[in-house]
Amino acid sequence: MFTAGAESLIKQAREIQDEDLQKFYTRVSKLLYGKDFGNETVDSLQRLYLIVSATKYSRALPEDVLQLLQDLLCSSKTAEQFQALSCAILRETFPCDLRNLSGEEGSSKTMSHVAEVTLAQGINKDKVSSVAHHVLKCLEARQPEGQSSRYLLPVLSKVISLSPDSLTEDQINLVSRKLVDWLRYASIQQGVQLSSGGFFTSPRTRQPGPITEVDGAVAADFFTVLSLGQSYTEDQWMNMHAFSMIRKWLLCYSTDGSGNGDTDDKSEVDGSVMSMVSATSTSSRLLPPKERLREKAFEYCHRLIEQSDRKALKKSDAELQKACLIEAVTVMDIICREDPSFVYRAFACVKALYGRLSGDLAFSRALLPIAQFYLNHSETAAVDSEAVYRQLFTRIPSELFQEPMLAFEFTQFCRVNVKVLRESVSIFKHSFPNLFKPLAWNSPALISEYVELLPSLIGPDTAIEILHSLLDLPCLTAALDIQLRSASSQPSERVPLDPSVKVSSSMEAFRHPYYRGMFLYILRDEAGTGDTIDRLSVLHEVLADMADSPRIVQCAQTTPILLQVFFNEAAQFADEKLINQLVLVILERSSLLYDIPNYKREVQRVFSSQLLVLCKLHPSLIVEQCKELMEFSGTTGNIQRKENFYTHVVWAIGEYLSVSYDKRCTVEQITAFFETLEAVLFEITQVRLSASIPTYSPRVITMLLTTLSKLASRSQDLIPRVSLFLSKMRSFARSPAVSSWYSEEDIEEIHTRASELINLLKLPSVAQFVLAPSTEGTSPRWHRDTNTSLPLAMRAVSKVLQRDSSFSPG
Amino acid sequence: MVHGFLIHTLCPVSAGSSSVCRVLYTRFFCSEPRVPLPAGLDAGTERLLQKEQMMVVARQVKSACTLSREAAGKTPPESCLPPLDEVAAVQEADCGVFRLGVGEPFQEEKTVLWLGVLSLGFSLVCEPHENLLLAEGTLRTLARHCLEHLHFLGPPGTDVLLKVDRTEVLLDRLLPHGQLLFANHRFIHSLEKEIADYMTK
Repeated sequence: MFTAGAESLIKQAREIQDEDLQKFYTRVSKLLYGKDFGNETVDSLQRLYLIVSATKYSRALPEDVLQLLQDLLCSSKTAEQFQALSCAILRETFPCDLRNLSGEEGSSKTMSHVAEVTLAQGINKDKVSSVAHHVLKCLEARQPEGQSSRYLLPVLSKVISLSPDSLTEDQINLVSRKLVDWLRYASIQQGVQLSSGGFFTSPRTRQPGPITEVDGAVAADFFTVLSLGQSYTEDQWMNMHAFSMIRKWLLCYSTDGSGNGDTDDKSEVDGSVMSMVSATSTSSRLLPPKERLREKAFEYCHRLIEQSDRKALKKSDAELQKACLIEAVTVMDIICREDPSFVYRAFACVKALYGRLSGDLAFSRALLPIAQFYLNHSETAAVDSEAVYRQLFTRIPSELFQEPMLAFEFTQFCRVNVKVLRESVSIFKHSFPNLFKPLAWNSPALISEYVELLPSLIGPDTAIEILHSLLDLPCLTAALDIQLRSASSQPSERVPLDPSVKVSSSMEAFRHPYYRGMFLYILRDEAGTGDTIDRLSVLHEVLADMADSPRIVQCAQTTPILLQVFFNEAAQFADEKLINQLVLVILERSSLLYDIPNYKREVQRVFSSQLLVLCKLHPSLIVEQCKELMEFSGTTGNIQRKENFYTHVVWAIGEYLSVSYDKRCTVEQITAFFETLEAVLFEITQVRLSASIPTYSPRVITMLLTTLSKLASRSQDLIPRVSLFLSKMRSFARSPAVSSWYSEEDIEEIHTRASELINLLKLPSVAQFVLAPSTEGTSPRWHRDTNTSLPLAMRAVSKVLQRDSSFSPG
Repeated sequence: MVHGFLIHTLCPVSAGSSSVCRVLYTRFFCSEPRVPLPAGLDAGTERLLQKEQMMVVARQVKSACTLSREAAGKTPPESCLPPLDEVAAVQEADCGVFRLGVGEPFQEEKTVLWLGVLSLGFSLVCEPHENLLLAEGTLRTLARHCLEHLHFLGPPGTDVLLKVDRTEVLLDRLLPHGQLLFANHRFIHSLEKEIADYMTK
């Protein structure tokens, strides 16, 4: 669609030489000065726009061209094409020295263009106020024939969002009164159709009929945006524009508290009594303008909600009905926030609306502002809102997760209201399996929302289950995909399979009784039925055929981020018990993951860093979990499958398994760990002549060596054993077979490390000091106090190491 | 109130250049008061800032659209048959929404609504609590009209750059000053008549 021709046009516009540019400017100014409004001028102005807009850096137009363009803009006799072009060009050339444009008179269309250019030039309060002033003057004045004030309301809306103080109290009241007129008292007859000068004219012009509703029936009450007519009168256009900006207006000029009516005594007013819309309208003529506007806006919203029940004949009107519902409920919410006396009337309406919509998934988007309304006001009106939240947190995420807009709005709702939801809505905390469904389906779009939302979902009782759910998020994506495809397949393909049949794809597994329970668990709505399932590896295997599907890969890429967020949050409040549980989950799940390329590696990376954080928080966990850690570190297979993580576990053992961190650490434990690790190291360094190149890096070897030495320094009976091993390692490093496995530097590294450790262990007290510094070593006093023995110890140790290395064989 | 509207390319331009996201049209509606930039900066810096912000949005929409199409398993647009007409093109278009946090790159939080029609993207930068259903409808109508009146579906495809007055008039009618309109099909019909009158002149 976008061709090389267009690409070269942009290039030309950017690279136009100064000389050519000046010639072009001269031509343009000549054409404009000569009031030539032909095709050549149009063409030139279009090219001028391209030239000024194609670059990031602004171009300064010559004074005369600017002046001519401004004249063109401000004159109400200019054709629309030229107005549009000059407006666009002047907008792009800011900053430029504009003379005061808003002093010009003109039609409302001109006024609107002028306002646009003025406001684009930079916003200061005076300019905005003066634009506001002129717009209001124009609005008040009667428009000449053929002109409409409808172009002015959007300008007004922009002005108040830029600077609400630019309108005085009187002006606000004036506009409020006009808005009331337009919203509530627009004509309900159709406009006269302007004939386009066809062949058949006067005898065929029809008398304007009444306005109709969207389903064709005659209008039942006052005119709204959901009223249809062949053509519209001026005040009906203003009605549409006024409603389009009413939310902004009410938000801008909210009054604090309410000036009328009793709002406090709830016991006197029964919240469930229906009150008619027009019952209070007769008294409202006595209200001040702002309050009257509120009343009329409320009536308008009420009417819209009633009108939305009709079946629209056109699809675009049906969509508009939904949008109007959302807007109407939101505006009612705003009005109730400003003036709580509206709450009872509003609830009557909103409750009825909810009753109408709750079963219909097509109207789910309207459920969100309704839920927001309940969240804000149900306490005031003492209305039970459990049903609404239940519908919201169970049906919407589980049945409509694949709608991108709804998923986004739903997530926004959760994120914005998370504090209130967490405290007062009981179902929220345990709906996280459901809440993860939109994320699993559409991770790239929603990840930033969930990064903010996730911390609030995590609590001491839900943390473990959430961790398991996060780790299986890609499985959830796969399961949701299968569920969708199954729902849209033929009924014959949905029949449950015979248990004896062997499945060959994930789709078949979905129907097989053996796997069905697992799928149901992954797709569950609520938490509490167990942290995870036993046969998770079976599920991972059966989903293997979907592991390279793009959606699942995208989800797998975002999961490690969420894991980090999870651990950051959990670390804030986790007590010792929880930390122990988390470590167990980390150890268990480090290999029990859905096999997507890179996924395991990334998750293990998160696990590695988080393990160390947890150890730092609660060093005794090494002692408390010694059985599991011994089992983990003793399994040589772990080195091959998750080397990085294994290295971190071994380091943690070496660092934290000591009496200084936990008094319960016994010599037996240290010895047991020592023997386990020694066995592993022995196994992986056996030089087998027929062995292929090992799949582990030299870092594992050095880490094991260092850890063994650390353990030995704490239980000094082990020192002879480890020294023997270390000298064996030195010869291992020099053996010819090994020199073909590793590079020169790596072999040198192993050799050096082994030598250093041997020398260190010859002086047990120094070894103890270096290899297992006491916890006080991390407190600042050591570094500041020059009289401590640390510098001396360092010097002694380095002398020892240097002295010996000059004697070591090559 | 909509903050901005842009038209930009989505996929690598097949005519030689690398996958540059080319912004074809931007329009700022200036609906938020800007915090004044530090003194000493050139006055043209504000415009530069605006352009850069729109570029950021365009690039993010491009990646969002690519990821969304990938996940849905759609074939790349170059290998697709061109759609029959504008209405079909907009109906089949990919649609999505994401949030831009504070400072990323706008001073306040924004929501971006995008529509991907083959290799063209249409994006609306909205306020955080905008009526997204209405915005989506407006965006689709705008996209349909842009496709029709700027002749995107046929060669040469340069109208969007040269015939800027058409885009301006479209925006003027359907999204005046960034105001989303609750217009039913009769209002839209009147507006479309005005647009058609303009385009035939």
